[in-house]
Amino acid sequence: MEFIKALEQTLVEKKDHAPFKAGDTVTVHYKIKEGDKERIQQFQGVVIQRKGSGVTETFTIRKISNSIGVERIVPVHSPFIEKIEVNKKGVVRRARIFYLRDLTGKKARIKEKKQFVKS
Amino acid sequence: MSGIIGKKIGMTSIFSAAGKSIPCTVIQAGPCVVTQVKTLEIDGYSAVQLAFGEKKEKNTSGAMKGHFLKANTSPKSKLVEFKSFENAKSLGDIVTTEIFEEGDWVEVVGTSKGKGFQGVVKRHGFSGVGMQTHGQHNRLRAPGSLGASSWPSRVFPGMRMAGRTGGARVKVQNLEIVKVLNDQSIILVKGSIPGAKGSYVIVEK
Repeated sequence: MEFIKALEQTLVEKKDHAPFKAGDTVTVHYKIKEGDKERIQQFQGVVIQRKGSGVTETFTIRKISNSIGVERIVPVHSPFIEKIEVNKKGVVRRARIFYLRDLTGKKARIKEKKQFVKS
Repeated sequence: MSGIIGKKIGMTSIFSAAGKSIPCTVIQAGPCVVTQVKTLEIDGYSAVQLAFGEKKEKNTSGAMKGHFLKANTSPKSKLVEFKSFENAKSLGDIVTTEIFEEGDWVEVVGTSKGKGFQGVVKRHGFSGVGMQTHGQHNRLRAPGSLGASSWPSRVFPGMRMAGRTGGARVKVQNLEIVKVLNDQSIILVKGSIPGAKGSYVIVEK
């Protein structure tokens, strides 16, 4: 196991994204290839889980698009990801907030974590 | 058919040049030692015997000690014959991962994980009864009929039934080599291969 972890580090370039966890609202800027043109698209939503470890780690991000729930699974260290922007820190009690799938409207809100800044 | 003996280390995934995530198996392949060269004149067929994996000398029989001494090497735990190599091999030669290149297609042979005594649903892919109601109360995963009645008045040989599953020699064909790390004797093969972590596998080219 340790050997594979060491090997992964030599084979895949890890990316330093800002730390985020389930309940946070993030914007993923990812590259899209159309023919030989490349452009950047965004996907904003709530992270509902982080899964796996090392270079195979992924996270699931959920948003409501035209009143239909849309989820994307994104590899954290994928070269297609330009950057991950953390918009909001949320207060949730568990690491996998699948209960969010059954909630709509006002019930589906997540409380924002208060940030205290030293003055 | 040339090849190499290796050890399954585990699985991981890497990103291809196009950015796609490729699941792959890490194999410690070689270095192997040529311990015997079989020729048409002496043995009736030609082959190259490779050895891999360290073994304690106290666990090696005297006959095998002599066999390894001929090739001028320490005792090894796994011996496999390969039919042909591109370059002629002689006793004591070392075979490394350099015989592989990225993009090659290989076949991997291993011993699948033992699963114990299993029913027909897991062992042969039967679909079971398919109903929980309509009179089915204790036969959800039963095999059903074994054949007709008064003729033939017996069960045909080879009828698929429950029994020991797994732990058999399995070959997986057409696996792509994603990466070769010659300095560490490591190859990465796309997809999964049979066997548990740490078990010996044969990578055939």
